[in-house]
Amino acid sequence: MSTRLATKARLLNTDKQIRFSFNGKQMIGYEGDTLASALLANGQMMMGRSFKYHRPRGVIASGAEEPNALVGLGSGARFEPNQRATTTELFDGLSATSQNHWPSLEFDIGAVNNKLARFFPAGFYYKTFMAPRAAWKSVFEPIVRQSAGLGKVPKDRDADRYEHFYAFMDVVVVGGGVAGLQAAKAAAQSGAKVLLLEQTAHWGGRAPVDGGVIDGQPVDKFVEELVSELETMPNVTLRLRCMASGVYDHGYVLGYERLTDHAPEASGPRHRLWRVRAKQVVTATGAIERPLSFAGNDVPGVMLASAIRDYAVDYGVSVGDRTVVVTNNDDAYRTAITLKNLGLEVPAVIDARASAGGELAEEAKALGIRVETGKGIAKVQGSKRVTGVAICSQAGEGAVIEEIPCDAVAMSGGWSPVVHLWSHCGGKLIWDDVRSMFRPDVDKAPTGADGQGFVVAAGSANGLLHLQNILADAQAAGASAAKAAGFTPKSAAAPEAQAREEAPIEPVWLMPQGAGPKLRMKAWLDFQNDVKVSDVMLAAQEGYESVEHTKRYTTLGMATDQGKLSNINGLATLARSLNADIPQVGTTTFRPPYTPISMGAIAGEARGEIFQPLRKTPMHGWHEEHGAHWEPVGHWRRPYCYPRQGESHADAVAREINQTRKSVGMLDASTLGKIIVKGPDAGKFLDMLYTNMMSTLKPGKCRYGLMCSENGFLIDDGVVARIDEDTFLCHTTTGGADRIHGHMEEWLQTEWWDWKVYTANVTEQYAQIAVVGPNARKLLEKLGGMDVSKDTLPFMQWQDGELAGIGVRVYRISFSGELSYEIAVPASNGRALWDKIAEAGAEFGIMPYGTEALHVMRAEKGFIMIGDETDGTVIPQDLGLTWAISKKKEDYLGKRAQARSHMTDPKRWKLVGLETIDGSVLPDGAYAVAEGTNANGQRNTQGRVTSTYHSPTLGKGIAMGLVLNGPDRMGEVIDFPGTDGKTYKARICDPVFYDKDGEKQNV
Amino acid sequence: MSELSALNGAAFHGTVTVEDAGLQGMIALRGDLASAKLAKAVKVATGLAIPAVRKISSEGDKAVAWMSPDELLILAPYEDTGDVVAQLNEALAGEHVLVQNLSDARATFSLTGAPGALREVLAKLAPVDLSPDAFGPGDFRRTRLAQVAGAFWFEDTTTARVICFRSVAEYVYGLLCVSAEDGGEVGIFG
Amino acid sequence: MLILHCPYCGVDAEETELHAGGEAHLKRFGPGSSDADFESYLFGRENPKGVHFERWRHVNGCGKWFHAARCTATLEVFGTYSAQVLEPPQDIRDAITAKRPGWSWRDIQ
Repeated sequence: MSTRLATKARLLNTDKQIRFSFNGKQMIGYEGDTLASALLANGQMMMGRSFKYHRPRGVIASGAEEPNALVGLGSGARFEPNQRATTTELFDGLSATSQNHWPSLEFDIGAVNNKLARFFPAGFYYKTFMAPRAAWKSVFEPIVRQSAGLGKVPKDRDADRYEHFYAFMDVVVVGGGVAGLQAAKAAAQSGAKVLLLEQTAHWGGRAPVDGGVIDGQPVDKFVEELVSELETMPNVTLRLRCMASGVYDHGYVLGYERLTDHAPEASGPRHRLWRVRAKQVVTATGAIERPLSFAGNDVPGVMLASAIRDYAVDYGVSVGDRTVVVTNNDDAYRTAITLKNLGLEVPAVIDARASAGGELAEEAKALGIRVETGKGIAKVQGSKRVTGVAICSQAGEGAVIEEIPCDAVAMSGGWSPVVHLWSHCGGKLIWDDVRSMFRPDVDKAPTGADGQGFVVAAGSANGLLHLQNILADAQAAGASAAKAAGFTPKSAAAPEAQAREEAPIEPVWLMPQGAGPKLRMKAWLDFQNDVKVSDVMLAAQEGYESVEHTKRYTTLGMATDQGKLSNINGLATLARSLNADIPQVGTTTFRPPYTPISMGAIAGEARGEIFQPLRKTPMHGWHEEHGAHWEPVGHWRRPYCYPRQGESHADAVAREINQTRKSVGMLDASTLGKIIVKGPDAGKFLDMLYTNMMSTLKPGKCRYGLMCSENGFLIDDGVVARIDEDTFLCHTTTGGADRIHGHMEEWLQTEWWDWKVYTANVTEQYAQIAVVGPNARKLLEKLGGMDVSKDTLPFMQWQDGELAGIGVRVYRISFSGELSYEIAVPASNGRALWDKIAEAGAEFGIMPYGTEALHVMRAEKGFIMIGDETDGTVIPQDLGLTWAISKKKEDYLGKRAQARSHMTDPKRWKLVGLETIDGSVLPDGAYAVAEGTNANGQRNTQGRVTSTYHSPTLGKGIAMGLVLNGPDRMGEVIDFPGTDGKTYKARICDPVFYDKDGEKQNV
Repeated sequence: MSELSALNGAAFHGTVTVEDAGLQGMIALRGDLASAKLAKAVKVATGLAIPAVRKISSEGDKAVAWMSPDELLILAPYEDTGDVVAQLNEALAGEHVLVQNLSDARATFSLTGAPGALREVLAKLAPVDLSPDAFGPGDFRRTRLAQVAGAFWFEDTTTARVICFRSVAEYVYGLLCVSAEDGGEVGIFG
Repeated sequence: MLILHCPYCGVDAEETELHAGGEAHLKRFGPGSSDADFESYLFGRENPKGVHFERWRHVNGCGKWFHAARCTATLEVFGTYSAQVLEPPQDIRDAITAKRPGWSWRDIQ
């Protein structure tokens, strides 16, 4: 059993008890505990089951590298799966549940996978689910789905809030251990602005547990004083619980700050994502201990030696009464010594090296600890808990020499520098044969905008393991980062440190080195994804020789821990299998984030009402009050129609159209783009932008125009009004305002910069109200203030004036075929004018109408719509708009492209009207079929529907479409198969269905 | 008066106070900023000199902000905009310029509060260095506020102004409020 | 995420303030041009691993287009300059030569 010790723990406040629950069972911990330490203190060694074989798993580490102890935290709107117990701070009321088992953690049916493990080797799924094809849907997929997934997906909307924060720093130091603290001080002393990020809740990192003396003081004391000193420096910002999750191009660093995970009742955001721009980054991210690969190394109770030490020292937790230490280096002796000094039993230190180490080994021996050199573990005994180990010769094949009863195993395969942040942005690594580790290649740092390196690794993250070397390296790293950021560092010596001298490590990638298949099948590399030594060897044997291929074939390192414990052991195993050197095999790519970060932090403030900007016109409130059914148009919300009680949308649209055509309707047209184009060259400029001639337009008049891209394709349309000799106002489509303004500025700034033209996007300066229908003039006359008669304000002209006492500009343009006025008014008066029109219109039964009525009415008139009749491949000539293309102009954007052979091909589909024989509505987007089939065996096509509606005016379905030789085939009936299995027959006709001569709009 | 600002006087009190600043006169002036005639016209209309790059100069109820190498933003009381536009057009008659009243195209917010809190609210939304040594009263910055374009400046250390397009006023107000919610203090600007 | 210095307003703008505009220094061919010229204007683009010239717009800022010279492989930025020139100015070319001796792009060296 694991239990709480009576001795004082470094990080605990034993005066304050904390209540929490695990799988519904009430437990008690102390302030300062992590969930993992508190579970261990409560004797809960088993914390979950593995992903693939559902093997019982206990915690193995004490920090961010933990692969096993993943739990679901909280409930309801605060539930979150896959949280590491080792990095979860305990708080009152915490509730955790274990994962990957059914029905319970202790008894799990899925564990049958474990019994069948030898039938599920690497690549099992790839090999098995290939054939028969038909079995996939009915047999394989249901099985895979049932067993897939890690943890449970939260069901409720997240109750917390999140935010981003932009910060600009000279030096960002990642890691608040002794190296990070020292580097921060060295950098800050130059005057540089320094941000120091530490992922845990404590400063000091591992050093206080590992021991040593700095400047004559214990490490804890040194850390305390250094933190106090940094806190007084105005140019230093210190953040605990803030993990640097990634380092990106040009010094971009993401920091993931967990503000209230440990105090969920506190107000404020739960997580804050720091979006930092750093001139220089110091990675003082420490090192992670490697497991050893022996049979049964995943049995609960087998842990990293450093973790067992951490739990004992930091949290006063003993993992077991009798702990066997197994190692290939000196550091693990610290665990043996610590446990022994706490009064716990250490039956033996199994040292794989032929001759055991330095000062630490001597100290252990002096304490009476048995040290066995040249030995290894053949096998761990026990299933849900370690009961003993079988010892063998490391050099042999696993013949058991002795069995030692024990309830915990502390393993150490050496240390790997945390090089993730160094590598994210392209920093290279070198293999250090002496220290058996990949460490940063200082000559190949990630480079920034100036081509110079911007990341410096420091301390054990740089491959250094002795305290004195770590501090000296950190001092140098901080100073060099400050210098590279443009500051002059003070010349100061690093603090003096004393620590034990250690004998060299001897790499051990398999224990014993000659372990046969049976042992290899139980020697775990990746604990979370259940990848064993045998799987990697199989992958190599099957030809997956690249480390990237092996990774994907075996899923090694692809779990949520991203292989923090498994990667080096895995690639060393691969190297051994391929009989290659480790550097030859290389590493897989390190990608951000360092540990998983919440989706909430990534979204930041973008959720709920402000998930994305919603654009609202000045009349938005009125529409809302009148029950508008909304249609999103770009970021705008426009009323689609205004359904009344019990009325369908289709009925509402029909009512809106009928009343508009019969009497008068009103439309909020504020979203239409409006761009002022002004200057002596404005006419010349617009002649280049539009296919038709705009320079000849007379002030006071309006002209419909088409805009094409340089590819010749139609990109926008709208009415241009000439305001005065120098000034035009160009209307664009709703979605086109920003795009077309950008298009204009692009040509003015980058091609015709000597032309004297200025533009201004005035879209939002004006609210625009269309008053449409035979009674429109009467209504405006009733409002009074200006002459809107046919003679003063004829079709396609505009006038400034006043209506109902409000200053307006009135355009006589029509998109419906009716007598129509579009009234522009400064936005802040939009609502007032709208209200007055609605009020005055009551006697005419004025009908507010939405976008659907607008669309139907324009289709009845055969007017095209950008985005319906055009899709980025359509040129104006396809749409029968040659009347709007100037023959006189030498040039306009798109003209040359429209002369290309494909564009002049007579076989291009052309716009026609389509009416169904039975009056039904053609399906949108339907294709007209032709004789024969194409090379793919599909039916040939000869056209497609671009717009299709029920016309209340005509009482039948109307449509427009692009059809092969369409304009020459009037009256011909063609077939449009629908997705409903029916074939619709439609007759080709003139696209203008209503008032062909335009008499209604021109009255 | 029938004119309405986009949010009609909304206000929120958190780490700072966020308020709809109401209708603000705004005029875009595009032209050759190096021309003496233009400088004189601006001087006559506002009493102010043309500001340096990314600066704003102000006096009383008028201000001039640098928008781009050929554009200024002139701030004046909403009811005076017509006069200022007329004054500018008259002074610049015959010149190649564009004077455009944009008062109704935008929304203005006023942020008041402790200097550090004010900076933090903006630093949660804009990729701009808001430390006091990088940005202070007199500076003017066009940038991005979360997902939309916007601009801001400090009138003094405890008052900031934020402008955005009118149609997204509610969105920007929402952004500012959520960024100013209590408990979100970062504590980085003192 | 890139940072580019806007030569018009002086802001060191991060990519979220910018809009990428593709290859720089294209020569426009209009009506009357040959099919080959027009095709290369419309579709022919460099795809270098190394020195490249691009157009960018400071869209969430002063709104101006500008040119940038940078390395597509390392993202090193050699300089930014006016949009209103037909080819890279000498100081930009010199800056590139200092870092990438022997570079070439189209027919520019």
